Parts: sequence; C-alpha cells; structure tokens
Amino acid sequence: MQKLITWIDDRFPLIKVWEEHMAKYYAPRNFNIWYFFGSLALLVLVIQIVTGIFLTMHYKPDVNMAFASVEYIMRDVPWGWLMRYLHSTGASMFFVIVYLHMFRGMLYGSYREPRELVWLIGMLIYVALMAEAFMGYLLPWGNMSYWGAQVIISLFGAIPVVGDALTEWIRGDFVVGDATLTRFFSFHVIMVPLMLAGLVYVHIVALHKVGSNNPDGIEIKQNKGPDGIPVDGIPFHPYYTVKDIFGTVVFLFLFFLIVFYAPEFGGWFLEKDNFTPANILQTPPDIVPLWYFTPFYSVLRAVTWEWLPLGAKLWGVIAMGMSIGFFFLLPWLDRSPVKSIRYRGWMYKTALTLFVVSFVVMGYLGTKNPTNVDLLWFSNRTWSQIGLFVYFAFFILMPIYTTLDKTKPVPERVR
Amino acid sequence: MRKTIAILLCLASGFVHAASEVGGLDRVHVDLGDEVSLQRGARTFVNYCLSCHSAAYMRYNRLGRDLGMGDSVVEQNLMFASDKVGDLMTVTMSDAHSKNWFGVAPPDLSLITRSRGPDWVYTYLRTFYADDESATGWNNKVFPHVAMPHVLYEWQGTQRAVLEGDEVVSFEIQKPGTMSAVEYDDAMRDLTNFLVYLGEPAKMYRGKIGLWVLLFLGILGYFTYLLKKEYWKDVH
Amino acid sequence: MADDRVDHKRRRFLTGVTSGVGLVGGVVAVVPFVASMSPSARARAAGAPVEADFSKLNPGQMMTVEWRGKPVWIVNRTPSMLADLAGLDSKLADANSEVEDQQPEYAQNPTRSIRPEILVLVGICTHLGCSPSEKFQVGPDSGIETDWKGGFFCPCHGSKFDLAGRVYKGVPAPTNLVVPPHSFLSDTAILIGVGPEEQGAA
Repeated sequence: MQKLITWIDDRFPLIKVWEEHMAKYYAPRNFNIWYFFGSLALLVLVIQIVTGIFLTMHYKPDVNMAFASVEYIMRDVPWGWLMRYLHSTGASMFFVIVYLHMFRGMLYGSYREPRELVWLIGMLIYVALMAEAFMGYLLPWGNMSYWGAQVIISLFGAIPVVGDALTEWIRGDFVVGDATLTRFFSFHVIMVPLMLAGLVYVHIVALHKVGSNNPDGIEIKQNKGPDGIPVDGIPFHPYYTVKDIFGTVVFLFLFFLIVFYAPEFGGWFLEKDNFTPANILQTPPDIVPLWYFTPFYSVLRAVTWEWLPLGAKLWGVIAMGMSIGFFFLLPWLDRSPVKSIRYRGWMYKTALTLFVVSFVVMGYLGTKNPTNVDLLWFSNRTWSQIGLFVYFAFFILMPIYTTLDKTKPVPERVR
Repeated sequence: MRKTIAILLCLASGFVHAASEVGGLDRVHVDLGDEVSLQRGARTFVNYCLSCHSAAYMRYNRLGRDLGMGDSVVEQNLMFASDKVGDLMTVTMSDAHSKNWFGVAPPDLSLITRSRGPDWVYTYLRTFYADDESATGWNNKVFPHVAMPHVLYEWQGTQRAVLEGDEVVSFEIQKPGTMSAVEYDDAMRDLTNFLVYLGEPAKMYRGKIGLWVLLFLGILGYFTYLLKKEYWKDVH
Repeated sequence: MADDRVDHKRRRFLTGVTSGVGLVGGVVAVVPFVASMSPSARARAAGAPVEADFSKLNPGQMMTVEWRGKPVWIVNRTPSMLADLAGLDSKLADANSEVEDQQPEYAQNPTRSIRPEILVLVGICTHLGCSPSEKFQVGPDSGIETDWKGGFFCPCHGSKFDLAGRVYKGVPAPTNLVVPPHSFLSDTAILIGVGPEEQGAA
C-alpha cells in the first residue's frame, strides 16, 4: 500500500493535495451548526448527478413520450420511483441547503475581504443552480412544467426591440415545444452540470487559498503560533471530517424521511398540476413556480407601476434581475468595521431580520394569487410591494446603516 | 403488529366512517393495506371505468401482483380489453370516437388521485345529480357541467340537488338504486382507494423500505456521533 | 494536540465500526442503482412467453418465431432426419449435450427435444451471435461437405450444427445451439419461454 502511494505520489501530487485541503488545512475551531451546509451542498450535488445519470437512462426527451417515460420510470423500471424521488427531493433540498449556506455568509460576513471572490463564485453557482432547476422542471412535461416554462421564457419578451426574437430563439419555436424540451434536456444533463462542477471546484480552491471565516469573523491566520499554525485553527482532517460525516448522517435521515414518506411534501416539492400531461389549451388555474423561485416571482408580480418609457412588465423583469444581482454587490455594500453579527449593532441586526422576513413572506405570497388576501388587511400584491421595498432597502441602504451602526470590539481569539 | 396499529387508528378516529367535510370535499379513508378493498375497487374500475377511461401507465400483471392476485385470476376477472397479462391498461375506443360522443376525450385515470386528490375523486363519484338543463341529463357538485354522465346511477339511484343560490347544499334521492347510501359510499371508497394505489403503486412498499433505511441511519448516526465526540476531546 | 491522554484504542475501534457500518450502507445503496438497469416491466412484458401454432408445419420444414427479440426455430424433423442423428456422434463436440444451460433438463436427450420430431432452437450461433442458415439438403448438393446429413451453417465464421443443434468439432462455435424453455399447449401449439413443469404455475 505504502509503495503504491509512493508510486502515485512520484507522478501526481497526491500527498500535497491531501495535506493542503484536508490534513493540513487549518480551519477555525469554532464552527457551529451553520457550517455544515457547505459539505452538505456538495453531497446533494453528488446525489443529483448520480440519480440524474440513472434517470437519463430511461427518460425520453420528446413531447409525445416525456410524460409517459417519467411514469415508466415510476412504475416499470426497477427502483425507478426511488431514483425519481431522490432527484426531485434532492432538487428542493439543494435550495434549502444553499439558502441556509448563503444566510450563514450574511450572518458572519463571509463575503467580506478577503473572501469576495469566494462569494462571487458562490453566487454564480447559485445562478447556475437556478437555471439547472428551471430547465429540469420542464422535463417531466406536466402541465405546470409547460406553462411555467411558457411564462418564464415570455419574460424575455419584455426586453425592448429584441424581446420577441429572443423568446423565439430560446424556444426554437413559436411556442414551448419539442425543440425547447430537447435543448433544455441537453443543457440540464450536460452543460449546466459541467459548469456547476467547475464552479464548485473553483469555489473550494478560492476558499482554501484565503481560509475559512468563522462565527466570530476573526482572521485566524493573523494569530499564528511558533510552529506557523494558527492558534485557533485545527486540521480539517480528522476534526471536521468526523464532524461533517455526523452532519451528513443527520441530514440523510431527514432527507430519506421525505423521500420515503412525503415525496410530494404537501405539493411543495411535486405539484399536483404536474401529474397531468402538458396541455396547450388549458392553463392551470394558478401558475406557480416551485417554492425556491417564489420570492423572485413575487418581486416580478409586485411591480405594477408604469414608468415611461418602459412598461410595468419590463420593470418587473428588471426588479427581479436586481433582486438577485444585489447579492453580487454585498462585499462592497457592507461598510461595517466588523464581519460577524456577534459584534454588530442593532441597525444591521434589525435590517437582516427584516430582510429575512420579507424574503420568506414574498416566498409565501409567490405561491398565492396576487389579488387574494391571505395575510392581514391588504391584498397579496400590496404585501409583496411592501416586501419588495424592504428587500431593496436592505441592499441600497446598507452602506449607510453599516457605517452608522455602533459595533462592539472584536476579541483577539475565537470563542 | 400491523393489525394492532390499524385497530388503534380506527379507535383514534372514532370509527368516523361517512366522514367529515373539508373545503366542500368529503374525506375518504385511504388504506393501501386493505387488500380486499383494493380488489373490490379494481373490479369496479375495470367493469365501469375502463370501458372509456384508460390507465395507460399501469400493467395488468403488476396490479395483480400488488393486489395479491395471480396472473390467471387477473386474466379471468379483470382483463376484458386486452389479452396479454403484461399489457398496459389501455382502452380500445379511440380518442376521435370518444370526442364525438362526449365532446372531450375521457382523461387517463392513472394519476387522477395525484392531480385531483383522493377526497375530490371520492366526492366527485358520489355527487352526481339529475339536471334537466345539462346535455347528458346529469350534473356534478365538484365538477359542474361535466361531460361524463353518471355511469353508476343504477347503484346509487337518481338524486336531485337542493340548491341554495347557486350552491349545492345537499341531495335528495328521487329514485333509489340497487345499493343503499352506505353501500354506495363503501363501494366508492373502495374505488377511490384503488385509484390512490393506481396513482402510485410504489406507495405500497416505500414506507416499509424507508423504515429500514432510517433504522440504519440511526445506527450509523450513533457511531458517527461517538466518533466525533471522541476526536473533539482534543479541541474542547 | 495528540498527547498521551488520547485513547488510541477507542479511536481505532470507533473508526473501524463506523467505516464498517458505513461500508455496508454504501454497498446496499448501490443495489437499487444496479437493479434499475435490469430489464424493466416493459421489457419483461415484451419478452413474455410466445405461443406458436405449428399445425401447418409439414415434416422436413422449419418455421421461425420471435421470442425476446431473438429468432426461435421450430423444426418438424422427418424419421430419416432423426435416424441420421445417431450416426454423427464422432464428429460432434458435445454429442450428449453435457454442457448445461444450453438446454433445459427435459431436452437433454439424443434428439434434444420433448417430442422426438419437434426441435425448438434459439437461432443464434454460440460463437458470436450471427443467425445460422438452414442447410437441410443432404450430401454434396448442400455445398458444405459430401456426407452432410443436414443441419445449420453459420455464414459468419462457418460453424456447423446438426439437426439437433449440436455443434461439429473443429468449428469456431464452442457449444451446441440453445434449446429455449418450451412446452406443448396442445398437439399443434407450442409455448416458448415456459417449460412443462412451470406451465401450470404461470
């Protein structure tokens, strides 16, 4: 065994890579529960790729066969139902994990210098993931798949001058059709997964260059012992490997609980309307994207104001784009002298709380009809507009309130 | 063990049979462990529904296996439209034909309980009423002006709707059928139960497999926890 | 950090147990993925037993039916064809059909059949999967050899089989042609894919 390792190491930097990223990668010793989600995201990516490979063996990207081939997987293929539920549950859980992972970054200022690039690459992963999920959702060719794709692709029609030509080009047809399905299939199973794998690799390389942040927002590399090892650092292996393995098992327990006992998750992970084949003549009564897109869908629908020379539709699309785009600017909008929420003042804490509330409320309202009243007093649209205002204010006013905010002194060592 | 749980569940629900209403829909008691009910539902389905509606994603032999019936039993009792036991449950009537007769093609019923929900299907089957203003002479409480006539009127009898404004509040039997109200409800419960099975055959055993998986993860979780604790003695 | 107080024995033990249990889980997790690649219910339905009516098959004739996407031959052998079988033993590689799996037990006899005259064979050469052609013509007219007693000849690599599907010596094909499971439904109907002993059960 030792000989084999030496043989390989002479030809490939095996030990160097192992030490750089595992055995001698020093991570802060004070990671808390929020630090599980990075490794869990990687786990779900692997689950999605593996189950996806096996689903692709049986799925048929053809408007006349797609829906039936999914039911074929569910009934005729041995264990096909398990592959499908792992993949559909995995898609939703991916977003659960990624949202928590991003929120961790906002809690502890993980996007701040020197980790701006880690954050930006992470945001690219998030956008790629949204594209992946959106295109994957068309593949079962259910009625919600069809109309969801129809609506979202039509958004590009709001762009002046080239809009209509652009939507036709994306669809490859005048309606969402066979051409759309096959190209989405191609992107979903080849292009975007390749991009994701590459981005994830770069994300980790960039992270390991600058080192991990921690709940105290202290740079552990600035306080090294005589041996050159950060005094607050512990080697990733074995300490965080054993910890992450435990976290993985806990996650898998919850994951399989859903897969085996509630794969539809009350209509949140698999929608009722998608158990009917796509019907070009009949739109489902409420077209709703899956839950992970609904906050942005709320933003889109909240904008009803006409500002010349652009119509409300275009402003809605712009607002939706901005609501994602703002995240990219976070490293430069935040002017606070401290990173972690532990040492920030009341202003940032209040702002972040309001932001989270607006995100969740808009997520909920995105699943509802805008003219109904599902919360107190106002219509869903009015609440979405309030949510939109809070959401945008969180980013736009950030340079101001983070400068004014009174911070606490950051200690030398982690807690 | 399963029997005890079933008994406890029955007691807990207080033998609620004819069921309570939720959002205008009657609650149906779904139990995929009730093989007899599923078999009765399957018989009703192939005799009355399968003449017009297909279940084109389901195979006869799979149905037989899951419902505790051998291939020969399936062949003799359930197969009228097909001759091979491995065939899908399609109908011979073409879409063009049925469009002529009903105005719309009868939808495939493989996934009807997944797209509509079991309660809706159960209520739908029981709330047909005579209506002179509709083309077929029938109307339905949860599917107004449905194109399908009441196929099972001989069982249920003919009922008229008691309206309050535009809303159907209750029914009164005009001409009794061959079944009592309770018998008809039971038959429709069996049919709905079967349709739930038809929507997702894997549902029959995924719960059992899940139990083993979770049990395993529990054990693995215990050891990984001990391992983590042991190593982290160095840090704390 | 790793000082004397560390209980190395306990660490080794826990690492071993966790790896062991995890490995078991990993192996079990592979099962559904591997199993999902085996024939689906649709493939099984398409590969279901096939019924063939051979009432019009005169002695000395052969018919072909499709079973699981493969050609299956049904040959009605004449008494003279059957008589010729016995004399070939010295030229054959496996005259007594001793290689198992090439025929069901009930066809492991001199004629390799249930009823002597009715031969059922999968028409796929055991060499590389070509379909041999029928060469029932005897003697030099067959174009194969002067004392040819009738049989099958594979055009791909020249493998030769007699009228019981037994392979000749000195040809590329290693084993006799496969006799598929089959049983008789009546005097004129045969069921391919199901043997006599399972017929009642299926």
